Amino acid sequence: MLELKHLKKKYGQHIAVNNVSMRVEKGSIHGLLGPNGAGKSSILRMVTGITLPDEGEILFEEKPYRLQDIISHIGYMPEERGLYKKMKIEEHLIYLAQLKGLSLDATKKQIDFWFAKLDMNTWRKKKVEDLSKGMSQKLQFVATVIHEPKLVILDEPFSGLDPVNSEIIKNEIFELAKKGTSIIFSTHRMEQVEEICDKITLINKGEILLQGQLSNIKDSFKNNTYLLETKEKLEGEVLSYVVSQVQNSYIIKPTQENSIQNILQNCINNHTEIIHFKELLPTLQEIFIQQVEGKSSTTF
Amino acid sequence: MKKTWIIIKREYLSRVRKKSFLITTLLVPLLMFSLFSLMIYLTIKSEKKKSILLLDESGIFENKLQTSDKKYQFISLHSNEIQSKAKALEKYKAEILIHVFPLKNNAIDSIQFFKEGSISIVLKEQLSEKLSSIYHSHQLKQFGIEEHMVDSLNRVNLNIKSYDLENNKETHSELMSGLGYAMGFLIYIVILIYGTGVMRGVMEEKTNRIAEIIISSVKPFQLMMGKIVGIAFVGLTQFLLWFILMFALQIVASIFLLPDTSEILNQANELGKSAPQLTAPDKIQKMTEIFKMLSEQNWVLYIFSFLFYFLFGYLLYASMFAAVGSLVNDDAQEAQQMSLPITMPIIFAFFIMISALKDPHGNLAIFGSLFPLTSPIVMLARIPYGVPIWQIVLSTIFLIGGFLIMTWVSSKIYRTGILMYGKKASWKEIIKWIRMS
Repeated sequence: MLELKHLKKKYGQHIAVNNVSMRVEKGSIHGLLGPNGAGKSSILRMVTGITLPDEGEILFEEKPYRLQDIISHIGYMPEERGLYKKMKIEEHLIYLAQLKGLSLDATKKQIDFWFAKLDMNTWRKKKVEDLSKGMSQKLQFVATVIHEPKLVILDEPFSGLDPVNSEIIKNEIFELAKKGTSIIFSTHRMEQVEEICDKITLINKGEILLQGQLSNIKDSFKNNTYLLETKEKLEGEVLSYVVSQVQNSYIIKPTQENSIQNILQNCINNHTEIIHFKELLPTLQEIFIQQVEGKSSTTF
Repeated sequence: MKKTWIIIKREYLSRVRKKSFLITTLLVPLLMFSLFSLMIYLTIKSEKKKSILLLDESGIFENKLQTSDKKYQFISLHSNEIQSKAKALEKYKAEILIHVFPLKNNAIDSIQFFKEGSISIVLKEQLSEKLSSIYHSHQLKQFGIEEHMVDSLNRVNLNIKSYDLENNKETHSELMSGLGYAMGFLIYIVILIYGTGVMRGVMEEKTNRIAEIIISSVKPFQLMMGKIVGIAFVGLTQFLLWFILMFALQIVASIFLLPDTSEILNQANELGKSAPQLTAPDKIQKMTEIFKMLSEQNWVLYIFSFLFYFLFGYLLYASMFAAVGSLVNDDAQEAQQMSLPITMPIIFAFFIMISALKDPHGNLAIFGSLFPLTSPIVMLARIPYGVPIWQIVLSTIFLIGGFLIMTWVSSKIYRTGILMYGKKASWKEIIKWIRMS
């Protein structure tokens, strides 16, 4: 669907993006992560055609990127949201859709569809300046997807949204992906990425730190620890594998000689009542911080 | 192109639909019309005469000042009638008291004006002029010149007219300069107003961050030109409405006001028979003359050149204003500072225009009407005087050329500036943006 090949972008002496490659499949949600100033927005601006890369190329549906051909297939929601304050909501959507080349009839149908779906019908004739922050976020989202783009780029789509509206937008993102829309989701909020993304690209200082399937990445960063909760206190040999303990919750780290299966078997043999057991995977947040704090690039 | 039209349409409609547009469109012609009417009314209407007390101890002025005067009524007093000057002023409800001291060696030693509060310069000058002219006549008589000779000396009224050999028509410098001033001033105002309008629009888009969304759909140049052209249409609409409104007001006024003016004219005529001085009928005649001259003007040329110089002058400056707007980071004060290099030439042009009105074919005037940054204002002010064709052609070429170059340069600045946030761009950086292909 979309492929970036060795992109490089310089602003004066400052290298904002260096040798970034990534692939976004059709119908997938790709997370673009990185701390503030990592170069996320610079990459997105190249993908949206706002700026051109100094080196490298972008392929859209396997063809070289020609802005005039694909401009109507991209929907972009920048991090800093903006709309004309004095315009009426409906007019505003029509204006933005027309700039994307959508006909008036099609636009009106889309507006009806989205307004009904997101429960926005009551504010159709209101001006943008009269909307609350959450409302204008929703409006911005509709403006991004109204022309049914093949590629949707969302830069921090949840910032400023309350939990209810976040959930609504999140479901819409899933639905779009299900319909075959490719989505690039840029953020520095890790917990959202874990919920939403299939694949991620983690960048820092303009370069890729980590890239790949989210589950693979997590797997590779796990450090072989397990959580075990029991009804009564653990006793016997098992205790030697406990790393830390809070009341009856234990974090267990097996060794090579004694696998987790053996340890569990041991517990069962001792008639210990197990309430809860799971493998402890590092959160993306932890991986992120660990990576950003100085590790070389890894690809999965 | 289609997308540029969509932008033009939005820029146009969003401004024309505003209440403030409606208000200025209605208010400006009304204001101008009422000012104009007031001026006519004040010239026609005879003012209430002001009373002036004269305490003449020389005996020179007493009789001379009594003659009918349109503005002042003089009341002669004798020193024994006056207890105090203030009381006399109060008693006669007079504006001023003139005290002429007795003659010394057959010459006036001093004249003093007394008034509650301070005297206005105009009144003082008018009265001084009157007194000196009477004294002048008096002196002439003293030297033995006969009375009728003095009278005819005072009545000298040279009928001076100027003619344009090219068109074989009488020229009216005052009218020309008035017209030139009006047109130049109008251009000056509209370039400033609509130019800063463009700047504010660009700033709004940048600080609102909507520019980023739009620029993911259209090229920056399309967005910039869409805004500039959209606002140009707003200006043209406003001119058209003003023109229609003024025309309508004129018709309405001529229906309601004409009977009145003809009545005044009659009255004035009758008055004129009894008083041969320059009074009301002369004024009316002068006014009808002005109207005749106005109707003789080549309005088609004026309107055409006004539209041309407005459009290209505006376009030239608007792109620069857009570039400045794109450099500003949400700070009105910064905007004012940054737009100074643009507003300076406009103000400069205005001053050249004023000097060009005095000397319409001087070197400064010619330079000002050829140089593209000043020509819209200066050339327009010169047009009523008649400008050689070669200058008009050259000025047109320079202006269009200047517009193209400026738009090219500005679009380069705009393209980068509109997406730059946070730090202020230095001149060095801006020049680099222009050089970037």
